[in-house]
Amino acid sequence: MFDITVIGAGVIGCSIARELCKYKLKVCVIDKASDVADGTSKANSAIIHAGFDAKPNTLKGRLNAKGNAMFDKLAVELDFPFNRIGSLVLCFDEGDVEKLIELKAQGDKNGVQGLEIVDKKRLKEIEPNISEDVVAALYAPTGGIVCPYEMTIALAENAAVNGAEFKFNSEVKAIKKVEDIYIISTDNEEIETKLIINAAGVYADEINNMVSNNKIHIIPRRGEYCLLDKAAGKIVSKTIFQLPTKLGKGILVTPTVDGNLLIGPNAVDLEDKEDITTTREGLEDIIKKAKLSVSDIPVNQIITSFSGLRAHSLQDDFIIGETADAENFINAAGIESPGLSSAPAIAAMVEEIVVKKLKPEENYEFNPIRKGIPKFREMNNEERKEIIAKDSAYGKIVCRCETVTEGEIVEAIRRPLGAKTLDGVKRRTRAGMGRCQSGFCSTKIVDILARELKVSPMEITKFGRESRLLVGKNKNI
Amino acid sequence: MQQYDLVIIGGGPAGLAAAISAKDSGIDNILILERDDSLGGILNQCIHNGFGLHTFKEELTGPEYAQKFIDMVEEKRITYKLKTMVLSLTKDKIITAVNGEDGILEIKAKAVILAMGCRERPRGAINIPGSRCAGIYTAGAAQKFVNIDGYMPGKEVVILGSGDIGLIMARRMTLEGAKVKAVVEVMPYSGGLKRNIVQCLDDFCIPLKLSHTVIDVKGKDRVEGVVIAMVDENRRPIEGTEEYITCDTLLLSVGLVPENELSRNAEISLSPVTGGPMVNESMQTNMEGVFACGNVLHVHDLVDYVTLESYNAGINAAKYIKGKEFKENKIEIMAVEGVRYTVPKYVNPENIDKSIDVRFRVGDVYKDKYISVYFDENREIHSKKRVLAPGEMETVKLTKAMFEKYDGCKTITIKVEGE
Repeated sequence: MFDITVIGAGVIGCSIARELCKYKLKVCVIDKASDVADGTSKANSAIIHAGFDAKPNTLKGRLNAKGNAMFDKLAVELDFPFNRIGSLVLCFDEGDVEKLIELKAQGDKNGVQGLEIVDKKRLKEIEPNISEDVVAALYAPTGGIVCPYEMTIALAENAAVNGAEFKFNSEVKAIKKVEDIYIISTDNEEIETKLIINAAGVYADEINNMVSNNKIHIIPRRGEYCLLDKAAGKIVSKTIFQLPTKLGKGILVTPTVDGNLLIGPNAVDLEDKEDITTTREGLEDIIKKAKLSVSDIPVNQIITSFSGLRAHSLQDDFIIGETADAENFINAAGIESPGLSSAPAIAAMVEEIVVKKLKPEENYEFNPIRKGIPKFREMNNEERKEIIAKDSAYGKIVCRCETVTEGEIVEAIRRPLGAKTLDGVKRRTRAGMGRCQSGFCSTKIVDILARELKVSPMEITKFGRESRLLVGKNKNI
Repeated sequence: MQQYDLVIIGGGPAGLAAAISAKDSGIDNILILERDDSLGGILNQCIHNGFGLHTFKEELTGPEYAQKFIDMVEEKRITYKLKTMVLSLTKDKIITAVNGEDGILEIKAKAVILAMGCRERPRGAINIPGSRCAGIYTAGAAQKFVNIDGYMPGKEVVILGSGDIGLIMARRMTLEGAKVKAVVEVMPYSGGLKRNIVQCLDDFCIPLKLSHTVIDVKGKDRVEGVVIAMVDENRRPIEGTEEYITCDTLLLSVGLVPENELSRNAEISLSPVTGGPMVNESMQTNMEGVFACGNVLHVHDLVDYVTLESYNAGINAAKYIKGKEFKENKIEIMAVEGVRYTVPKYVNPENIDKSIDVRFRVGDVYKDKYISVYFDENREIHSKKRVLAPGEMETVKLTKAMFEKYDGCKTITIKVEGE
C-alpha cells in the first residue's frame, strides 16, 4: 500500500511527488500515458511568468510570483534549462496605458519585483525589432523561460531516485474507498493508497468526480503554436506579450531556452480532451497576431507547429486542497497558466496539506540533486574530448541539426524512467527537434531504441499506445 | 593540428567527384570527411535505376553509381574518415570535426570543398495542420526505412508533393506491397522529372492530383486519413472541394534545401533563392579557397550534373592550392523573367579555359519559349525550348569566344522569352 498516490505525471504531479519524497512516505505516481510530461506539460508557452496577470485574491495571484522565485534554486538542483530573460507586455494604444499601469499595480500587490513601465524609446533600445506601433510596455525583469518537459523529466527522475514509484500506461478507471483506504483501479491493477493527489490536468474533473459530490468541470482550452528555426531565435531577447484579452494573454513571441523562436497561443475551448490537432485558421491567426508585436517574424523559418490543452476550470482559478466530502483526496486541479510558473509553489502548498494530514517523518536521505544528460552541443572542445575518451558513443552524432550524440541517446534510454519512444528520446535529448524535424535521425533513433530495449524496430512507437512507426517487413505487411 | 591541402566536407557524389578531380589535378594531400557509415551519400538508399546515363552512358542504380566513384577514391588512395561530423569551419579554414575514434579533430586546410548535400523540408515548413500522430514521414526517411533497413513505414499511403523522391517512393512502396492512394501536388505541375511521373505513377495507375494539397491530418496515435482539397491560383484551399482519403501514412516530398549551417556560421554568402553559397565560375564561394559543389549549392535533378559540377570544383581547388587566385568577380549573372537563379552567380572570364556551363531552373512551366542570354544589352544566345519545367534543370554553355566578343561586359542576363 502507498501512503500517497499522485494521479498525473505532468509538471504538477511530478513537482508534488518530488516534494513528498522529502518525507518518509511511500509515493506512487500514475499516468495513463507511456511517459512523463505527455499532456499539457509538453506543449505550452514554456514561460515562467513574473506574476502580474492574476488578481491578488486568487490562488493564481498568490502562487505565481512565489513559484517564480523558487525557480533559480530548482533549476540548479535539477539541472534543467531556465533563463530569467525578462518579459514585456506591449501596449499599442495611448488609451490603454492606464491598463498597463493597473497591471503594474496588480503585480506589485502580488509581490512581483522590479516591474517598470517603459516608454517607446526605451523599449526600442531593449528590443529593436519590436513593432513601431507600440506606445509603451510593462517590463518585468523576473520573467523567465524554461524547458517544461525537461523540467518535468528532471522532477520525475529525482523523485524516482528518491523512492517514488512511477506507473505508466495506467489510466484510472475507478476509485473506491474501503474504510480509510482508497483503491484505485487502473488498466492494469488495483492500487491501494491512504491519500490521493489529483494532478490529472485536463482529466482532473473526472478524477475528482469519481470521489466527490463537489463536482468540478475542466474545459480543455487549446492553444496552438509555431516554432521557428534557431536562425530566427534572436529576433527578440525577451518574452513579448500583448496586453491581455478576456480569452488569455494574447499572442506571445519569445525565444526558447534552446534558442528557437516560439509564437502562440490562441485559445479555443473544446469538448475533446485529446484534441491536440492544429488548424489552418488557428495557425494563420497566431502568425497574424504575432506580427503585431514583431512585424518581421520570418514565417518561412517555421519548423513545426503544435498545440496543447490548458486545463481551464469554471472557477477560473486553481483548485488546490482537500475536497470537503472526501477526506485524504487532495486536488491540484484547474492548473492552467500560470501553472508552470506556480508549480514549485503549488507543490509546497500541497506538501503543507499532506504534512498536516499524515504528519510524516522527514527523509534525511533525500537527495535534491539530479544531473541531466550531458549535452554535447553545449560543451567546449576540451569537455568533448574528455567525454569521448570515456565513451566513444559521444563522438557519434546522430541528430545533425541539434548535434545530439549516440551517447546522449543511450543515456536517455538507460537512466531512471528512461525513454522508451521516439518522442521520449526527443524530449530528453532534443534529437529530432531541429530544422529537419527528424528526417535524417528518426531511422537511426529507432535502431538505437530497438537495440537498447532489446525489441524489434517494429515495436518502437512515437509516443506509446498504437503510435507504431513501422508496420512490417518489406513485402510482408 | 593536422594539415591537409584539401578537405572535402561530405563523401556523397559531389565530394567523391571533387576529390577525384583534385587528385587528378595533382593534389595528393586530400581528406574527405563523411558523417555517415559509408561513402556514397544519399545514393546508397536510391536503389532505383536511372543514374549515370550521361556520365557512363548506362543506366545504373544509385549504389552502383556511387560505387564507381568509391572504387576510384580507393584506387587513388584518397584518404577519408567515416562517421565524422564537421562541427565548424572558420575563416582561416580550420575545421573542427568529431568522431568516436579520434574524438575532436582540428584540421587546417589550404582549400575546402563544401559538399554537404541537402535535406528535405519537414512538415512544419509548409505548416500542415492536423494531428501530430505517428505515420508522417519525409519521403527520404521512408526510403531509408524501406531500402536500407527493410521495414515498411505504412500500408496505405498518400504522398504530398511530387518531387522526385516522392515519385520514386510511390513506386517503391507499391512494389513492396503498400497501396499508394494518391500523390498530391499543390502546384499545377509536378516538381519532378517527367520520366519519373511516367515510370513511377502512370505505370502503376497512381493518381497525381495537381493543384491539390493536404489540409488536415486525422488520427490519434497513427494516421487514419488525410483531407485534401483543390487550391486556387494563390495556392489557397477552395472550400467545397475537400476529399477524405483513408490512409495510415503521409509521406512528404515538399522540397529540398541545401544544408548550409556550416557555411552560414562561416559567414559564406548564401543565395536567398537556392539557400546555397553564391559561387563564381570556378565554384569558389565568397570565402577565398572555399569551394562548393553538388546539392549543397543548388538541388540537382540528375546526379550526372552533380558529378560534372564537382569535377570543376576539384580542378579549381587544385589550382588554388597551387597558387592561383580567383579574386575578382567581374561579371554578375542576373536571373530574371522566369529564370529563378543561376550557378555560377559570378564570372571572371580570365578563369575560363574553353567554356562554362551555367545551370539554372525556371519558375513555371513554359511551352515553345526561348532561353535567352544577354551580354549587357546584346542577345548572344536565343535557343528554342519545346518545354521548360521547374522539375528539370537547364544548362547554357558560355564559351571563351563569347566573353572575348563582349570584352568588358558587366552583366549577363538569362531569361525566358516568348520570341
